[in-house]
Amino acid sequence: MLRNYLKVAFKVLRRRKFFTFISLFGITLTLAVLMVATAMLDNSFAAMQPESRFDRVLGVYVIGIYGPTGGTTSPPGYGFLEKYVRGLADAEATSFFTGAPPMVMYHDRQKIETHLRRTDGAYWQILDFKFLEGGPFTEADNQNANHVAVITDDMRERLYGRNVPALGKTFVIDGQRFRVVGVVPAVPITRRVGFSEIWAPLRTAKGSEYQKSMIGNFNAVVMARSKADFPALRREFAQRLTKFEFDDPSPESRVVAGLDTLFEAAARNIIGNQVDTDRPMMLRIVLLAVALLFITLPTVNLVSINLSRIMERASEIGVRKAFGASSRSLVGQFVMENVVLTVIGGAIAFAVATWVLSIISNAQFIPYAIFEVNARIFGYGMLLAAFFGIVSGVYPAWRMSRMHPVNALKGGAQ
Amino acid sequence: MIRLENVNKVYRTERVETLALENINLDIAPGEFVSIMGPSGCGKSTLLNLIGLLDAPSSGALALDGAKVATWRDKELARFRNEKLGFVFQSFHLVPDLKVIDNVEIPLLYRAKNGTPRRKAAQLALDRVGLASRVHHFPTQLSGGQQQRVAIARAIVGKPRILLADEPTGNLDSAMGDEIMDILHDLNKKDGTTIVMVTHDDRFARRTDRIVRLFDGRQVA
Repeated sequence: MLRNYLKVAFKVLRRRKFFTFISLFGITLTLAVLMVATAMLDNSFAAMQPESRFDRVLGVYVIGIYGPTGGTTSPPGYGFLEKYVRGLADAEATSFFTGAPPMVMYHDRQKIETHLRRTDGAYWQILDFKFLEGGPFTEADNQNANHVAVITDDMRERLYGRNVPALGKTFVIDGQRFRVVGVVPAVPITRRVGFSEIWAPLRTAKGSEYQKSMIGNFNAVVMARSKADFPALRREFAQRLTKFEFDDPSPESRVVAGLDTLFEAAARNIIGNQVDTDRPMMLRIVLLAVALLFITLPTVNLVSINLSRIMERASEIGVRKAFGASSRSLVGQFVMENVVLTVIGGAIAFAVATWVLSIISNAQFIPYAIFEVNARIFGYGMLLAAFFGIVSGVYPAWRMSRMHPVNALKGGAQ
Repeated sequence: MIRLENVNKVYRTERVETLALENINLDIAPGEFVSIMGPSGCGKSTLLNLIGLLDAPSSGALALDGAKVATWRDKELARFRNEKLGFVFQSFHLVPDLKVIDNVEIPLLYRAKNGTPRRKAAQLALDRVGLASRVHHFPTQLSGGQQQRVAIARAIVGKPRILLADEPTGNLDSAMGDEIMDILHDLNKKDGTTIVMVTHDDRFARRTDRIVRLFDGRQVA
């Protein structure tokens, strides 16, 4: 029966070429936009190099210190991390590092805009960079404040020219001269922890005041032995925060921070650090609501087209009913036809999304981001297409199946 | 085989109430070939639709093959139509997108029968109506008479005990009409299929075992 349904579905699509085109256009456009958005989200949150171990990594990216007269929400300071994050019992490795703010440097009288991140040695254990030249600096380099650096291949080209080896060469940034010890492929700016263009040891930072501050420009990542250790890590961190030493303690004083996955961190940023509800769930709901809102228009369009086809197919409905089709089997048939239509739309959308993403990647609208549609996105896209097909097909199918057989046969009489 | 007792059918709209059938009492025995005649609008097709379970009486009792159908729900009605009834319509009602063989297979799609035996049964039905060579044609590639023969093949492919034909010759010239009547007679005589046929044509009606005449919704003979 399924084969017959599919056969009819394809024939119906071929028969009404204009309607098929309009339907497919709406479906393709919608799904392509959603696939592009999904690919971008996937590029930001999915575990991929150099964050491919991030399925067992949690981070502290923001803290909030609040009191009776207000408060501060900010990236944590080194002092906070040292006191409350260092040495968590279930951590396999812990790394502290700065953000990667934009910097300006001059090299051979050329102005170069770049990003510099200062990290410890553990950073290179937690992130899995593939080195094109040399290797990472070590924790000993960090402790000794050696002026060594890892740069990206793109930075290498800007500093020394195309395909010129950089190992041992030096450059000056922020008034300090660094010697290149490693070169890695460029990392998309969407990778929160992995992105930078230059990495230098943390202790090369000027001054030592930062080592005491509770808020600042630092992040921490904690790699667990497995994801199963996340709850224990979070419990211990929360326990440590109960002993947080406020500058000016009062009953209203509280500190809000968490060990977050990348998605949870994004949710904390978007939903708000002080919101006590399940932020990741709220973000998922928001994203889903946006997607549903976006999908509503083509769905209504498809429902309307399908409804207008009822009369056109009345005779067939009458015949099928007369020969034993129950309402349920007719609903099944028409929903199947709609799913076929949307899955075709999904496949075209996949091709369109691939093309659009390649344009976005090549144009480098988002620095170093290479957006690709992988099996996961294809899977999401097809699921979305099937969902879309079912949603836009069920009501018209139900209306069709409810047609009185006599009226259906009369409506179809030529 | 078919029994109607005091059957009435009323169509109601917001303003008008139309009595389409009034107090119909009819018994059709197994293997009988009955024609229903009467002027346009007298309720012939309505009566056929009631017998075919495509519509329900407003009052009265209908029994088919010994079963009272009044309480049946959609699924039971669908199953009975599928297993026991076959329909032939005046305007053929073939699905234009499907090839002849696929049209004939339609009733078998709603049975637990897989592809090969289904196809074989459809081929046999088409053989029976003399259209074995047209299986891969589309309905629009056939003449009216051929289309009606396909419709008959579709009606008999599931070996129904009752065949309901609503003016099966109405859209055909007399020669083609004769051909269709020959096929119906063959089914009635050789297979014992009970046939109820609505017709305007006296010539064809006289070839059946019995004529039921309706006038203004009432049975007059």
